[in-house]
Amino acid sequence: MSPPTDGLTIAVPRGALFAGTVDLLAGLGLDTDELRSNDRKLLFEDIGVITMRPSDVPTYVEAGAADLGVTGKDVLLEQAAQRSGKGGREVYELLDLGYGRCTMVLASEAGPDPALEALRRLGVMRVATKYPRIAGQYLEETGRQAEIVEVKGSVELAPLTGMVEAIIDLTATGTTLRENNLIVREEIVVCTARLIANPVAHKLKAAQIDDLLEHLRGLPAAGVA
Amino acid sequence: MIHPIPSGTRDVLPEETREVRAITDTLRAVFERHGYGELYTPALEYESVLARADMAEAQPAYRVFDESGAVLVLRSDMTVPIARVVATRYGSSEPPLRFCYFAHCYRGVPPQRGQPRELLQAGIELIGSAAPQGTAEALTMLCDSLDATGLKDYRIGMGDASLFPALMASLEVPEAARGDLMQALVRRDFVGLEHTLAEAGLSDEATELLLNVPQRRGGPEVLTDAPEPAVEAVTGMRLVHELLEPDVAARVIFDLGLVRDIGYYTGAVFEVYDPALGGPIGGGGRYDDLLGHFGRKLPAVGFALGVDRLHVALAGEERGTGALLEREASA
Repeated sequence: MSPPTDGLTIAVPRGALFAGTVDLLAGLGLDTDELRSNDRKLLFEDIGVITMRPSDVPTYVEAGAADLGVTGKDVLLEQAAQRSGKGGREVYELLDLGYGRCTMVLASEAGPDPALEALRRLGVMRVATKYPRIAGQYLEETGRQAEIVEVKGSVELAPLTGMVEAIIDLTATGTTLRENNLIVREEIVVCTARLIANPVAHKLKAAQIDDLLEHLRGLPAAGVA
Repeated sequence: MIHPIPSGTRDVLPEETREVRAITDTLRAVFERHGYGELYTPALEYESVLARADMAEAQPAYRVFDESGAVLVLRSDMTVPIARVVATRYGSSEPPLRFCYFAHCYRGVPPQRGQPRELLQAGIELIGSAAPQGTAEALTMLCDSLDATGLKDYRIGMGDASLFPALMASLEVPEAARGDLMQALVRRDFVGLEHTLAEAGLSDEATELLLNVPQRRGGPEVLTDAPEPAVEAVTGMRLVHELLEPDVAARVIFDLGLVRDIGYYTGAVFEVYDPALGGPIGGGGRYDDLLGHFGRKLPAVGFALGVDRLHVALAGEERGTGALLEREASA
């Protein structure tokens, strides 16, 4: 029997979600040996898989270069349309896959909260993040003026150097935060891996995609939420 | 020297213009042959006039003040201006009225996404012809037009804008949750839809229906055993389908979850897909209430094609390497 991904191209994220996604594909009956062993190859044509960094997945799926993709809700929140027609990636979010669970948090240095003090005395808090859109929206919704500082690397460094008073970042276990003397002040949103689809593929390959969803929902080991 | 132009706009140079012109000439010939007369309307209109239409997510994005302080907007589509024209210039003409247009429309764009701010649309409006005949005529026109351009592998997704609201109303979804559910559906965020449904405190049966019905899409088989509240919309789709010639009917994919981001649609809605392009080439639908807002209550239907998107799809089919094409061949 051919696996239910036949005729479909799936964008698979390298990084934290990679292992869970490959397990999922293996559970569907795909031969994932090469995918697991060769981390330089990007295109696995015989099993219809392409690999990339998680934040690129919506880009490829939106363009139709992949029919389906797996990426974190954090990436979708940062990139996808918050409201239709208001911009963002035009992709369909089909399924909460349950794994890769982490939390978007606002954290600052232990002790008296420097962000609160900045807000009170200066009227604005400086926040470093890799997720400027999520951060900006959250702070706006909670009625706080903030100066968002976008960084690409270790966000934890920013408050330790005094560049900002707080950070908004994704954390799974909180270990890195603790090691850098940062404590979680607020939990913003819980993020898990999501299955997304290209809008046109969702129509033109409806039967294949629905069949795959059926299989995914029936996989207990995948921890589909 | 660099003299920039706004992102989402571009210069079209002679070689491309020649190709685009060939497409629009072909479309124009089809439109005119079927009695759709071409018209022009101003790109700038009074905001207060266009505001009579519910544009939902496709509202005009650019406003300017004129010398007397009136607020003008750059039109975001051609359907609303044509509704205005019909009410003001054809107030007593015997329907049906048939118009076509080739016009630039203007939409707000998020930064750095490569989306057009100014887009060339080609479309028709059929005013005063109710469902199902009017809808069938528009779909036939759509297929004739695309066939004439030489596009081969396109399909038409067809749904009904009234289906999901009717479903929510009959299942007694709390008013407060309806907006969120509709938003989730417009974005096709099925995970969000599931979460919002879980919080709305509905029966398992209602939740299942609201989650499942919008995911039904495919051939005429999706129209069978529709749940009670969806029967009216589904029957409407079947009636339209029965009126279509076989070659047009074969292009249709029924999609009970199809909703468009424009608010004025009341009945059948459709979108054009081609494997050579990752997004819809165009779309349209019935807007039976819109003309009434301008003072001439007539049922109407129309569609608009994105000429640049059509051009990209044609080029992709020609090369045999579109977004979804290439892999279909190798699969």
